[in-house]
Amino acid sequence: MDSQITIKIKNISKSFGGLKALENVSFSVKTGQIHALIGPNGAGKTTLMNIISGLETADSGEIIFNDKPINKLPPEKRTKIGIARTFQNLELFGEMTVLENVMVGMYLKYETGFIKSGLMLNSVRKVQKDIITKSLNILDYVGLNHRKNEYAKNLPVGEQRLLEIARAMAADPILMLLDEPAAGLNIRETKNLSILIKNLKEEKQITLLIVEHDMELIMGISDTITVLNFGKVIAEGDPLSIQKNPDVITAYLGEED
Amino acid sequence: MSLLLQFLFSGLTTGSVYALVGIGFNIVYNSTSILNLAQGEFVVIGGLMMWFFFVGMKLPFATSVALTLTVAATVALLMERLTIKPLLKKGDLLLMIMVTIAVSILIRGLLMFKFGKDPYTYPPFTEGEPLVIYGAVITQQTLWVIGITALSIVILYLFFNKTMLGRAMKACSLDIKAARLMGINVSNMVMLSFIISGLIGAIGGIAITPISLMEYDKGAMLSVKGFCAAIMGGLGRGRGAVVGGFTLGILESFTAGYIHSGFKDAVALLIMLFILFFRPAGIFGKTETLRLRKF
Amino acid sequence: MGKGNILSLLILTLVIIIFPIVIKDTYLHTIGIFAGINALVAIGLTILMGYAGQISLGQAAFYGIGAYISAILSLHFGLPVILSIFLALLVSSTAAIILAIPALRLKGHYLAVATLGFGEIIHIILHEWGPGGPSGFGDIPKMNLFGYTFTSTNDYFYLVWMCVVVIMIFSLNLINSMTGKALQAMHGSEIATQTAGINLTKLKIKVFILSSIYASLAGAMYAHYVTFLSPSSFSLFHSVLFLMMVVIGGISNIWGGIVGALIITILPEVLRGFKEFDILLYGLILTLFLLFMRKGLVPMTIDTYKRWIHR
Repeated sequence: MDSQITIKIKNISKSFGGLKALENVSFSVKTGQIHALIGPNGAGKTTLMNIISGLETADSGEIIFNDKPINKLPPEKRTKIGIARTFQNLELFGEMTVLENVMVGMYLKYETGFIKSGLMLNSVRKVQKDIITKSLNILDYVGLNHRKNEYAKNLPVGEQRLLEIARAMAADPILMLLDEPAAGLNIRETKNLSILIKNLKEEKQITLLIVEHDMELIMGISDTITVLNFGKVIAEGDPLSIQKNPDVITAYLGEED
Repeated sequence: MSLLLQFLFSGLTTGSVYALVGIGFNIVYNSTSILNLAQGEFVVIGGLMMWFFFVGMKLPFATSVALTLTVAATVALLMERLTIKPLLKKGDLLLMIMVTIAVSILIRGLLMFKFGKDPYTYPPFTEGEPLVIYGAVITQQTLWVIGITALSIVILYLFFNKTMLGRAMKACSLDIKAARLMGINVSNMVMLSFIISGLIGAIGGIAITPISLMEYDKGAMLSVKGFCAAIMGGLGRGRGAVVGGFTLGILESFTAGYIHSGFKDAVALLIMLFILFFRPAGIFGKTETLRLRKF
Repeated sequence: MGKGNILSLLILTLVIIIFPIVIKDTYLHTIGIFAGINALVAIGLTILMGYAGQISLGQAAFYGIGAYISAILSLHFGLPVILSIFLALLVSSTAAIILAIPALRLKGHYLAVATLGFGEIIHIILHEWGPGGPSGFGDIPKMNLFGYTFTSTNDYFYLVWMCVVVIMIFSLNLINSMTGKALQAMHGSEIATQTAGINLTKLKIKVFILSSIYASLAGAMYAHYVTFLSPSSFSLFHSVLFLMMVVIGGISNIWGGIVGALIITILPEVLRGFKEFDILLYGLILTLFLLFMRKGLVPMTIDTYKRWIHR
């Protein structure tokens, strides 16, 4: 049964000073699904993403990835075991080209020592060619190939968001965390994004956990939705049941007078 | 016993200067989140310019002090307006570090050009019989140094806590955005912080020169030791630098006296490295505040 | 490695070969040798600062460790010079690791002051415990490679600058490799680099060690050329000079290390008659560069060239 769950969030709590950002948050992401995490602003979603990817530590609780607890793992080790992510506030390598940004995502699979790199042995050269080829394939897949030599900082927001996804793909992840991938996107771009995310699930067999505010996008592609409010899980289910859930409606629209 | 007391007072004397430099570091750090690595140079400016006015131009004591402090304040002002203000908004930390180093070299170069490499001194503030406590000889100038330092600390305390201007500066250090919203001119506060720390350094220089003489290149080590004093107490905390400075001075004095004078400087360096590596928040500071800093 | 770099390497090699043939003045050779030695340090520091985004105010310490250890091993223990140099590099790397592990957890200012403190402590150790103490010591064996003893300035000029060329090739390869990209990425966004699976601490430590090896190699060559060492050559001021070389040459391009080293090495010669001015001029030049030309000479020249051909 558990082997069908990619990642399990167990009783995660986190406070900043007196503020409770997350309180006993628990849910599981089933393998091969698109799982959405929604909730009003300040609900703690990005904090949770940071905790899952290892950039912040929870005060209590566990994260279990493929049946193994990963609380003690630093961020780079979590990527090694198959967790990749994008960022709400774009964290691209601005001074590097689009192609180079994706190549960096492949570093961990092709890490070469300083000495070998400095000597530029044939093996290193070959590996570099491999990396470039694979990176170009990924850029092709997300539709950024025509931009491969542009500096990342010069891209429009829509393409920058795609680039973050491409970079995450380069790490060949099992689980991809997308933190507001549609922020700043227009309708056409959002539509293409939803197609891309669906393809990641169906063609690439990647499990996805998405934080988003764009309801149409979420309702259109998610298999399961977890709703957070004030750091607590208030509802979980498929899109239809979430839309009808009175607690969810209250959280977003406020109490009826 | 007399030896111990002798070392103690010697340590308190040098420690006074370290405390003043440390406070200077804190004031600038609090308003800009940068370390002014030229801090120690103001002590040298204080000593050498005092000689220039008091001995070189034979001006009266009070006039010389006033002119020296004016020079120090002007240098600090120029430094802030010409090099800090234009670069601070770039948010490039490496750049800020290098700029303060560059200015420190510039100041040192100017001092070397004007004064050469010789040590300078002038007569102590009051001539008279030294105090003898349990066999330890304590000159009047020593008391002046410690006294002036204590007075400066009190004045600074009153300034930052009892005057509108001082409290405005304090507000900037706690939360720049909120301070701006309250109508406080942050840019002026930054300028003021540089001027004040320049003045404090110069005061230290003026007071200590009759005892330990002043040379053009003492600034670098004073900056390091002043910084050490500041981080001993937790960077940004006024009282911490005072305790840090005196403690450092005394430890140095004991090391030079009981162990080996060549290692005197190493004391500050080792303490500094120890704190940086293992207790960056200082002996009194808290690690939370450390994380919130911009840089 | 791009065409520009390969071309530059060829030009550099050509200039190196021709220089001692065209210029017979051994005094100028000496300046050239010191420029080459300084270039080695500057290239390493450029990689550390420009690519890894770290700062070191203590490079003179590794320079000094390389010099002293190699000198002591060859003079007092009779080891072959080549072995002494190798062991000196090992000692320097070890010192770099010992410093890097705690220091690289620090950010910005704290790191700067920590490296400064380290540099000063090494200086004090050399001053108190080095052979000859503050006066230093001499009779250090000359450079000796496979039985050939280097004696003339020609010899040393070629030796030092060939080292520079080799180091440049190695460094350019490194920068163009995935490692170089990882360094640039780290400079761009540390958290994105971490979540891309890269261990930042390991990377920073490795670059730190690299820069220390370059510096200690330079120090060792200095020792076996000058054959006399004193602690006064390895002070904070020298660490600052190395920093100046990087700033003037251009922090983002390792060719800047060579340019900066040339300028800083030649500057005191130009200032011969103005001894009282020298510190002042250093301070002025550094301040002006930081205020108005902080990109550095090499990147600025490249930018100008690019704009010119795209007109």
